[in-house]
Amino acid sequence: MASPDDLTGEHGSLYAARKGVYPKKVDGPFRRFKWAIMAVTLAIYYGTPWIRWDRGPHAPDQAVLVDLANRRFYMFQIEIWPHEFYYVAGLLIMAGIGLFLVTSAVGRAWCGYACPQTVWTDLFQHVDRLIDGDRNAQIRLANAPWTAEKIVKRTLKYAVYLTVAFWTGGAWIMYFADAPTLTHDFWTGQAAPVAYVTVAVLTATTFVLGGFLREQVCIYMCPWPRIQTAMMDEKSLLVTYKDWRGEPRASVKKAEKNPGAFGDCVDCNQCVAVCPTGIDIREGPQIGCITCALCIDACDSVMAQVGRPRGLIDYCTLDDAATEKAGGVAPPIRKTLFRPRTLLYFGLWGAIGLAMLFTLGQRTRLDLAVQHERSPLYVQLSDGAIRNNYTLKLRNMELRPRMIEVTLSGLPGARLWTDGGARETARQSLRMSLAPDRVTSARLFIVAPGAGPARQEFMIAVRALDDDPRGDSETIQFDRPGTEP
Amino acid sequence: MADHKRIDEVTGTHTSGHEWDGIEELDTPMPRWWLWSLYATIVWGIVYVILYPAWPMIHGATEGVLGWSSRGQLEQEMQADAARRAPVMNAIAATSIADLPAKPELMQAAVQGGAAAFRVHCVQCHGAGGAGVKKLYPSLTDDDWLWGGDLATIEYTITHGIRNPDHKATRTSQMPAFGRDGILEPTQIADVVSFVRTISHQEKRSASSARGAVLFEANCAVCHGSTGNGGREVGAPKLNDAIWLYGGDRASITATVTQPRNGVMPRWNSRLDPGTIKMLAAYVYSLGGGEKAPAPALAAAAAEGPGADGQP
Repeated sequence: MASPDDLTGEHGSLYAARKGVYPKKVDGPFRRFKWAIMAVTLAIYYGTPWIRWDRGPHAPDQAVLVDLANRRFYMFQIEIWPHEFYYVAGLLIMAGIGLFLVTSAVGRAWCGYACPQTVWTDLFQHVDRLIDGDRNAQIRLANAPWTAEKIVKRTLKYAVYLTVAFWTGGAWIMYFADAPTLTHDFWTGQAAPVAYVTVAVLTATTFVLGGFLREQVCIYMCPWPRIQTAMMDEKSLLVTYKDWRGEPRASVKKAEKNPGAFGDCVDCNQCVAVCPTGIDIREGPQIGCITCALCIDACDSVMAQVGRPRGLIDYCTLDDAATEKAGGVAPPIRKTLFRPRTLLYFGLWGAIGLAMLFTLGQRTRLDLAVQHERSPLYVQLSDGAIRNNYTLKLRNMELRPRMIEVTLSGLPGARLWTDGGARETARQSLRMSLAPDRVTSARLFIVAPGAGPARQEFMIAVRALDDDPRGDSETIQFDRPGTEP
Repeated sequence: MADHKRIDEVTGTHTSGHEWDGIEELDTPMPRWWLWSLYATIVWGIVYVILYPAWPMIHGATEGVLGWSSRGQLEQEMQADAARRAPVMNAIAATSIADLPAKPELMQAAVQGGAAAFRVHCVQCHGAGGAGVKKLYPSLTDDDWLWGGDLATIEYTITHGIRNPDHKATRTSQMPAFGRDGILEPTQIADVVSFVRTISHQEKRSASSARGAVLFEANCAVCHGSTGNGGREVGAPKLNDAIWLYGGDRASITATVTQPRNGVMPRWNSRLDPGTIKMLAAYVYSLGGGEKAPAPALAAAAAEGPGADGQP
């Protein structure tokens, strides 16, 4: 059984205090790749809502817009209605399988480069370096007493944090309304309360998560690393310290005195100093590692300085690590990336994408839903005929008004009219004009001879009378006396 | 008790002095945040009792200094809602019923408001959706109207009711009780019933219906018309169609001729405002059996001829 000391720790607390992480500036191919990814992702996030897209007079001009008020989702050419939400579900499934694919191939690469938490943490760490200086200056300042200089620097830094956080929260709401209009309304106090609340919440979360919690989100709060461990196997590329090459560690001088007794690692601790999550990769694969590979950049530059080959820390699979340890030569990375598992994920991912593209091209933009009114189930008319009432819902999902024709089949002698017309206009089919981008509701009255089966199935069909004659149909029943429950 | 209290070596905390089979209880103090939460709830409770109705008395409860009550709040919300609906309601009230269909948005609002009022005031007799109740209350969804099925006529019927005893403008049709009052003998009634079922194509011509035709012409045709076409000015139903309010079989028609029901509908102008009645009329009109108002010059002729129903 654990003694109370084990539970409470030496300071009487159940939790370990956070150790400050002050990552050192580093340069190298992976750092430059990270810069590029950061620039692209931030540009996408902040810039997308401002792309304009002309859809004509009946729809908004924003390329990507989640129009919750009117229940539409616009993405460039594609317009999604609520009943087509399965496209969004498909995108989510693709995103999931995409993560499986990336993780099984290159480990936590998503975490290291593209995850918003990583991108914003990186951004805030650059702010730290800009204001407080690099690693050593940051540590000195953190331990320094509260002098005027520290107060000024801290105030300035948090002000920049807050500006970035506010900008981030502000960009989010632009996806949900026309961006220029919303910006104007926001600053003139005319935007909806939900806009201000959303900006406030996202500003606060960005400020706290990006500015202060940082790697603690990746290690303690995020569920994804737990799942990722199940997605990875011994053939996944991980950032690996090649201990068989590096150990035992010794300084350059010590190694010169005793050639052959020490490994390549000069114990300079640069890999630890540059790590944004503050781990020591030389302790082996661990949950805190987001495989951002900055330690590879740091180690390679040190190895170049001391004249030893690069790759003491490198992307390497567990299988290859075992091979190299035994003195063999690891197969090329290409073989690691293209193996049955990744190809299977890629196949699944691609199949779902192609299926969605196919249905997207095939979908009709005219949709019919019919509901049989049940109170009353039927109406006896004075000439002996029977009338049934239906509610039609006609979705015209195109951005133009359309003329459509409603026809019946399978109900001999039937005639129909809607509440928009008079009973005298009853005929075998009727024409209606549908407003663009709207659901039009109409009551449909159908009269059929009184003689016939008590319950008769028939079909109501709609088709457009313009250049795209595709339509929709639904089978529904007609009731006559004798069908009472 | 106090004698038993001692300091626990492992934690450095006092024990409470309670001991069960060698297991002792630590006297760990409440966390401060817990205590502050408790004090906060106590303060909250006191403030609440002062501000809001809380303390039960013999008649009612203490009122609270804010003067709040759930009924008062409901009343406020109802007033706010009435104010919200006022523009539409005023527009409906200011529009004559005949002009409503020309304003589709008002008509739609009226139909929806009427549907709500119908569910409160009318479904008890006329059934959900106006389906009526067989042999008791007429269906409002069909194309057969005793008094006419255009908007203005429906509004008038709802406003003044049918056979409302205390109201002069009420609609009244007076079918004599031919059997009860001895105007016709039972055999004569049987003959009339035969004739009525002949003109509604339920029976073939017979000697009985031929005798009935003569009796019908003498006793019934004044209101129901020689061919049983009915007469809307007196609310006499058509007898040559398929719709029978009180049943179309021999026994039902016999019962009606012997002693008519003379059904009653309340007048609603004593209970509902004109706007609501207008909305009810619009809703009833929308159920599928509504008729166009006859052109004034042709009104009389239309009431006679078969064209009034418009259903070919």
